[in-house]
Amino acid sequence: MDSALIRIEQLHKTYHMGDNHVHALRGISLDIPRGSFVSIMGASGSGKSTLMNIIGCLDKPSSGKYYLDGVDIGSLDRDELAEIRNRKVGFVFQQFNLLARTSALENVELPLLYSDDDKTKFKERAMQALTSVGLAERSDHHPSQLSGGQQQRVAIARSLINDPQLILADEPTGALDSKTSVEIMGIFQKLNREKGISIVVVTHEPDIAHYSDRIIQFKDGHIMLDEVVRNPRNAERELAEWQDQEEEKEPVA
Amino acid sequence: MNKVFQSMRIAFRALRVNKLRSALTMLGIIIGVGAVIAMVSVGSGATDRIHQQIASIGSNVIIIQPGSQNTGGVKSGNGNSQTLTEDDARAIAEECPDVMYSSPIQQNQQQVVYGSNNWGTRIYGVSPDYLTIRDIRIEQGEPFTTEDVRSTNKVALLGKTVVDNLFGGEDPIGKTIRIRKVPFTVVGTLVPKGQNSGGQDQDDMIVMPITTAKKKVMGGGRANNWQQIGQIMAQARDGRNANAMDEIEALLRQRHRLQATEDNDFQVRSLEEMAAAQEQATQIMSLLLASIASVSLIVGGIGIMNIMLVSVTERTKEIGLRQAVGAKTNDILSQFLVEAVSLSLLGGCLGIAMGVLASFGISYFAGWNTLVSLPSIMAAFFFSALVGVFFGFYPARKAALLDPIEALRYE
Repeated sequence: MDSALIRIEQLHKTYHMGDNHVHALRGISLDIPRGSFVSIMGASGSGKSTLMNIIGCLDKPSSGKYYLDGVDIGSLDRDELAEIRNRKVGFVFQQFNLLARTSALENVELPLLYSDDDKTKFKERAMQALTSVGLAERSDHHPSQLSGGQQQRVAIARSLINDPQLILADEPTGALDSKTSVEIMGIFQKLNREKGISIVVVTHEPDIAHYSDRIIQFKDGHIMLDEVVRNPRNAERELAEWQDQEEEKEPVA
Repeated sequence: MNKVFQSMRIAFRALRVNKLRSALTMLGIIIGVGAVIAMVSVGSGATDRIHQQIASIGSNVIIIQPGSQNTGGVKSGNGNSQTLTEDDARAIAEECPDVMYSSPIQQNQQQVVYGSNNWGTRIYGVSPDYLTIRDIRIEQGEPFTTEDVRSTNKVALLGKTVVDNLFGGEDPIGKTIRIRKVPFTVVGTLVPKGQNSGGQDQDDMIVMPITTAKKKVMGGGRANNWQQIGQIMAQARDGRNANAMDEIEALLRQRHRLQATEDNDFQVRSLEEMAAAQEQATQIMSLLLASIASVSLIVGGIGIMNIMLVSVTERTKEIGLRQAVGAKTNDILSQFLVEAVSLSLLGGCLGIAMGVLASFGISYFAGWNTLVSLPSIMAAFFFSALVGVFFGFYPARKAALLDPIEALRYE
């Protein structure tokens, strides 16, 4: 088996809008090994969203190659891409994208509906996923009854349900306050460390990017910078410190 | 199969979320299906009524009437001449292989007296076969016989209305009634038949031997020829109606010695054919009503299409999400298709209930005969499913072919 989960070779993506050709990606080559935690940064229009869409198998390259887990994505059709997304990729979005008026448990179950897995295990597996993000007791709550952080945790549980190789998070903390953001990044770090799931986070906040092991900077469709983070932040530790400070501020009565 | 239930669950949830909207959308289908069911039931009811009338007249009945008389170019109209005879009636029964029975008929309105009561009724002078042809049964007593006809016996069979008006509660059998001062013995009463299609009371009649009727009751005017009669009623063998009519025509032309160039001096008509013509007219009418009603079903279908398009647009982001987590083209297609079909089927079922209620209402308030048939209900059910598929397909396809990236980005 290929050691790289993601292998991108000379990837181009061009959008045609009438007579205009927009070159979103101009020859990207990139390897992401299994078990990586990578942040992708860049201004809007830098091509990072386009790359995310391609990595997430939502879009196909105009030219060049993209292998996910050894599979040449460019050769697949619409439904084959859907199947790859279902089995190998988990998505986490800035706006959570949960189904309204639907319980947390059923939201987490959603990807299973499009798999051929044993239906009788759906509830059990969804419950496991919710437990792993610490929301077991809220399983019957609807999104509107949950805080932003809780909603994002439901979304992470949803992305976990099919035991994906890769979780793609597009600005996962963009709609959250800083403490909740740290919590969410903590969950990603834990999943990466304990389950070996590769995580790719798109963000424009350097703070958030520093929870990952590697930061890739995009500019004008090129990779401008690709660097290893020497001392990644540790969300778990930060949260513990935070907790201590809170306790100092409010001594136990 | 699993996938279908899955789609149904998702679809029903989506419909529940927008209860009012779903209900209003269904209303179009409810009205359409209800109208079709009600209109078809009115049509089948009318057809059914015609069948009942044929049955009450007697089946395979052929009526032979004298034709018009042509006196120096003045045509007097059917029934005005006296060209038919008792012998004609007898010959038809004996010589036409496809005729089972025939009877001469001479009828007249007369005043009937019993004790201090009197009653005006219609007298039918006939042969005993008349009762068989018209399927008139004896309730009490005995029918008269061929012997009574031959001997000109003064016997009579009374319809229920006559019995009620002359005898009240008294037993009429063996009693003597008077018609134009001639005494008649009541030998039997007839099983009631109710009203005919024209609303005429079919029980307001007295049946007696043709000979007696002509000589004792009607007499006078036609004294110059005792043979002449008003009309002949015949009954053909089952399925041989047309043949019987041809045979009768040929026989009568021969008996009346008509040249090939001469017109018939009689007229042969089949009640079956008249009823069939009437039935056809009714069917055309009900087809017309049903097609007008089905226009509203199509309008209802367009309503579904409209609301499904709105729904697809509203849920673009949801569709994008489902695609992102692995929904294939067919998953999305079937989700929205099932939703449209659920709307139309649910509407169809409610419409069937409404149509059945409406047809009961029509027969209750308007007094029309209505008949809700199982085939029309099943047709309505399948047709409403079809409407759902037809009008749901375009929006569902639109949803299924959305670009996941665009859909996810949609606000």
